[in-house]
Formats: sequence, C-alpha cells, structure tokens
Amino acid sequence: MSEPARTAAKRARRTRAGTSGTSGSPGNPGNPAGKAADGRSGKAPGTITYREAMREAIAEAIERDERVFLMGEDVGRYGGCFAVSLGLLERFGPERIRDTPLSEAAFVGAGIGAALAGMRPIVEIMTVNFSLLALDQIVNNAATLRHMSGGQFGVPLVIRMTTGAGRQLAAQHSHSLEGWYAHVPGLRILAPATVEDARGMLWTALEDPDPVLLFEHGSLYNASGEPPAAAGPVDIDRAAVRRPGRDVTLITYGGTLPGTLAAAGRLAEDGIEAEVVDLRTLRPLDDETIMASVRRTHRVVIVDEAWRSGGLAAEVSARVTEQAFYDLDAPVERVCGAEVPTPYAAHLERAALPGPDDIAAGARRAVRNDA
Amino acid sequence: MTATGRPAERGEAGGGQWELLRGMLLIRRFEERCVELYSAAKIRGFLHLYIGEEAVAAGTLRALTAEDAVVSTYREHGHALARGVPAEAIMAEMYGRATGCSGGRGGSMHLFDAARRFYGGHAIVGGGLPVAVGLALADRMRGLDRVTACVFGDGAMAEGAFHECVNLAALWRLPVLFVCENNRYAMGTALAREHAQTDLALRASSYGVASWAVDGMDVLAVEAAARRAAEAVRWGGGPHFLEMRTYRYRAHSMYDPDLYRGKAEIEEWKKRDPIDGLVARMRAGGRITDADLESLEKEIAAEIDAAIRSAEDAPLEPVEDLTRFVYAEKAGEAGKPGKPGKAGKAVRS
Ligand SMILES: Cc1ncc(C[n+]2csc(CCOP(=O)(O)OP(=O)(O)O)c2C)c(N)n1
Repeated sequence: MSEPARTAAKRARRTRAGTSGTSGSPGNPGNPAGKAADGRSGKAPGTITYREAMREAIAEAIERDERVFLMGEDVGRYGGCFAVSLGLLERFGPERIRDTPLSEAAFVGAGIGAALAGMRPIVEIMTVNFSLLALDQIVNNAATLRHMSGGQFGVPLVIRMTTGAGRQLAAQHSHSLEGWYAHVPGLRILAPATVEDARGMLWTALEDPDPVLLFEHGSLYNASGEPPAAAGPVDIDRAAVRRPGRDVTLITYGGTLPGTLAAAGRLAEDGIEAEVVDLRTLRPLDDETIMASVRRTHRVVIVDEAWRSGGLAAEVSARVTEQAFYDLDAPVERVCGAEVPTPYAAHLERAALPGPDDIAAGARRAVRNDA
Repeated sequence: MTATGRPAERGEAGGGQWELLRGMLLIRRFEERCVELYSAAKIRGFLHLYIGEEAVAAGTLRALTAEDAVVSTYREHGHALARGVPAEAIMAEMYGRATGCSGGRGGSMHLFDAARRFYGGHAIVGGGLPVAVGLALADRMRGLDRVTACVFGDGAMAEGAFHECVNLAALWRLPVLFVCENNRYAMGTALAREHAQTDLALRASSYGVASWAVDGMDVLAVEAAARRAAEAVRWGGGPHFLEMRTYRYRAHSMYDPDLYRGKAEIEEWKKRDPIDGLVARMRAGGRITDADLESLEKEIAAEIDAAIRSAEDAPLEPVEDLTRFVYAEKAGEAGKPGKPGKAGKAVRS
C-alpha cells in the first residue's frame, strides 16, 4: 500500500472507531475517508448531528416498544452504510438489529408481513435508488392492503431510506424519487430536514397505523443542531415556517432546506424578505400552511432537487393555483434539478442541482415579476 | 526452452502466462494509483477496489473474443482493463473529464465502451444480470456464435434478479456465461450470513445450468475454466456458471473502515496472492527473470503515468452540455431496423 493510501485508511478507521457518539463517519459519503480526520466536522459543543439524532430515535423506539426492530442491509455488523445504526447491534443484539441479505423485495415485503402480524418494523433501504427493487412490495402491498381488505388489515410499517445527490455518486445512487412515492395513496411520506425532525419523526411514524416512508437526504447526516429539548413525538401533519418573511414564499423540504435558507439570507441582504416553508410531510401535503404563507407574500418559489416534469413541485404549484390563484402577484416559479440522470463529474453534478444562487435568482424573478 | 526474444514471445510459449501476468499487474498498479489519487481528492464518488481479485478478470476475459460481450458491476476497473479499455479512458472517467470512457458522467462505477462491447458498469447490485440475458437473447435470435459474460458478486445471488435471470437463461438455453466473484463478503456481510446455501455453484446448478467452483486466486485455473465454459456456451451448450472463489484485500469502498473481518483473515488470503503465485510459477519454469519483471513494472508504471497525465490535461465537459445524452441526438441513432429472421454478422453501432 502506498503511503497516502495507508494514512487515508488509518484515518478512516480512527474516525469510524470514534463515531459512535460523533459525526463525520466515513460511512457517510458526504465526508470521505480522506477528509474525515476531524471526526467532529465543526460540530459545536452541546449539539448533535442529524445522524446521531436518527440513531437516538431508533434506540429509543426499540427501548420503548418491544415490537420494534430494525432490519436492512448492513445495519448490524457494518453499522449501517451511513453509520446511522453504528453500535446498535452491540446494544440490542441481532434479534432487534437484523442484517439482511441483498434482497430488497424480500425484506421490505417481510416488513409488511411482520407489521400485519402486529410487529412494528423499521426497515432501512440503503438508498431510494435501491428501493425500486422493492417498489412492488411498497406500492402493490403496503399501500393497498388496508383498502383492498375493506379495512381489515393495516400495515404499520416504517421504511427509512437515503435520498438525493451531491456526493458524486452518479445516476444510480443519486436520485430524489420521494415525489414518486408521494403520488401513492395509502403511504405517508416524511422528509426530516432538521435535527429535531430527525429525532422526533420516527416515533410519530411508528405510532401511525399505516406505512410511513422516511426520506433522509444524504447531505444532512453531518448537519448538527441543538438536541431537541423534548425528544418527544413531533407533529407530522404540519409543514413548518423555518423563516418568516413578507416578500416571497420559498417552499422546500429535506436536503434543499439549508440551501433555501442560505438563499433567503442572501435575499435579505438585498432587502427581500423571503419566508421559508419546510413541507416536512410530502403526503399528505399541508395545504393550510402553504396557502397561509402565500396569502402573506403573494409570491411563490418551489425548490425541489428532483426533476421538474411531473414532480412534487408541479403538485404544489397546482395546489397554489387551485387554492390561492387570486392571491398571487406573479407566476409560480419552480427551481428544480436539471432533467438529466445525475452526472458523476463534480461540475456537471453541481450544475444539475438547485443551489442557493438558483434559488435566489428564482425568488428575484418572482419578486420583480409584478402581475 | 531457452529464454530468448521479447518476454511477450516467451510468454506466449508459456500458454499466455506473460499476458496474464501483465493483465493482473496492470489492474493492481492502476488501482494502487487510484487510491493515492482518491486520497488527493483527484477522483471522487465511490471507489470500489478489486485488489486481490485480479486473476478473475485477467483469466476470464482472456477466454473471450472481441465479438463477445461483457457486463459488469461497480467493481469493474479490472474487468474494463482486461477487456482492453485503455487505462487513459478509464482514468479520465474517474477524473470526470470529457475524454473519459463515459464522458465523465459515469465515474468509477459506470465504465462503458461500446467498441469493446463492454456494457457497464452497473451500480445496482444484480442490475446487470437481466441486461446480459437480453444481449445473449439477441445473439441467439440473430444466430451469432457469441458469448455474453456477466460478472457479479456473491451478494447479487441473494437478489431476485439472479434467480429470474438464471432461470430464464436456462429455460431458453441462452449463451450467457455467469461469472460469480465470490469474495466472501457483500459489503460488511459475510457469505454465511447472507446465504442459506453457501455452495454457490450448487445453487446455480439447481436451475439446470452447468456450474463449477474455481480457485479464483489461480489465474491459470480461472483461464482454463473460463475457456472451457465459454466454448461450451458458444457452441450451444446453454448458460454456464462459474463460481470464482476469490478475496478482496481492501475495504468494500473508500468509505468502509473494514471493521467486520479480522486482519489475520486478510493476511491468510494474501499468501495466495494471484500475482505472486503466477510469478513463482513462471520463475520455476524459467519463463521470467527479475530483470523481465522489473521492465514489466516499468512499462506498466509508464502506461499509468501517461494515463494520469492525460487525465490531468483533459478538458472538462462544458456545463452547457449537461443535458446531452439523455435522448439520442441524431434521428436513427438506434440503427437501421434489421431484417427479421436473417442470421448474419452483427451491425456495429
Ligand atoms: C440493489 C442494491 N442494493 C444495495 C446496494 C449497496 N451495495 C453496493 S455493493 C454492495 C455489496 C455487494 O456485494 P457483492 O455482490 O458480493 O459484490 P462485491 O462488492 O463483493 O464485489 C451493496 C450492499 C446496491 N448498490 N444495490
């Protein structure tokens, strides 16, 4: 092994070993081994990361309810491909932290069966791209069984998965397909964008009598924040206003929330006060919070990393037009991912994703465009 | 036999041993440089190294002709190099350059080369298997005596796609050579914790597919088995399955801290290193000297240096071209419709 290689590997080991309580695991492609030496990744004292919040939420759920267990590829021995479940196997044993073979259809379907029989499984799928191998189980079984059985069978199952781009992993590891799942009646779709939601949404999801899909954007795992004072359940029926403003409403969710907030900060420097709405729940959508904001600002920009055509942004836009058309002072703007499979090369990937500049430009268009 | 002439000639006299050695060394040295470049942040994304498994690529692909097809996984640098994809084109791809074999859009996990019938580079585990079945079906329907080799890992054999594909290929007697690289781990999951039946060749054989387990650390054994199987496939023997028993020395990817296996196990496998093993045999047979080996190493280092230099200098794809290649650019890019029912030489696209 060459010298740099050896140091990189050593660093990776060191960082990973110290990960159980800290962030910056090389398991997270957002923080490659070569750069992971600072295991704290700038985390301020007294804060926790999104990854830790999620891990605490899983641990708490397992402790709280004997029916809860986690299953998925490499969740146990390996510690989870994004190191979310690192250390949980040692804590809870292989019955509750179950490694599965590479069989997405089988273990997601098994989660459905176990839920039908009264358990409360948390199924982890490494990324949304791989969830397509289980699409049949999710869409044809989990989403439909209650209805098809005339209300006799419910599927209280939680499926967690990573979504999104930004780590140069190319098309088969980078897409944002949560909008597809939001198309399907019978599923509830959550997208925690903050540490607090990462900590709180899981328990609420487990209490839901129906299948809930939780989408964790890969770029958020190292984000840190205050540990929520009350780690209790959060309201998953409501969108949240993350920043109040009067001039334009920026609607987003998940991985694009930080970039949208950054854009709002830049706009403020130019005297444009943007309100930022975090959808949090993609299905069912909280129309009330969205429309209330539109009625305050009269201008809307929807930010979504996923493709524009037929996407979630189209749905939100249609609802705004249906319910708040006469409150609009400008056409609805959409800032979405380029209509291209996510490319590998850094400059192309960057160009394919909506960044703060694109978001701010969209907001300026909306503000300038007086109807 | 006297050792005269260029080592390559001597190698051919030794049943292609020199070429096998060169093939394996190129893969290993190429990837060792990749590790450095990755640590220097020159290449990014996921990087899955093949170090330790070189005999499988070098031996298997030597058993194929230029007309045959290869379908691979995300751990495919070795397969691509052994297929003859230039190191320069692969390195440029990892650098995300316009001159890369996938135009910078695919990266390490998605190497493609149409001219060499190298059909990826698939990063969905098991995703290449159905594609291979289709390639073989096309050859069969056109009456071409070609083989499609499909390489995948032991982990892929737990996916439904594997079972669906082996069944279909066996049912239709399609010319597919299934090559399972059993390196004993699927990411951090050991073979015995992912498979109820760990005899993989036995499992494939339950579909009526001729199957063998091969010592994947012995390049000569690999080549011999691959040659036998490929010829049987080519002459209408239906799909064949080879379980290559091999091992990866490195972690699953550059992100993997490799905490799920012991160092001693890795060291044990290194004792059976495919390159060392072949060199020892060639030495014993008088087919290689220290000087030969040294000059081979030099030649390979120069090839890789040149690849890196050219990747460094290569242009980036212009951002304006971001949305190219989502759809065909010229009408008729898919080629002219073929004459139905007519067997003949394939039209090169
Ligand atoms: C459908 C799918 N599920 C999960 C993954 C994540 N993943 C990538 S490689 C890998 C392990 C595959 O192991 P194996 O097939 O044995 O091949 P090896 O890496 O050992 O060469 C996993 C789980 C994936 N890429 N695709």
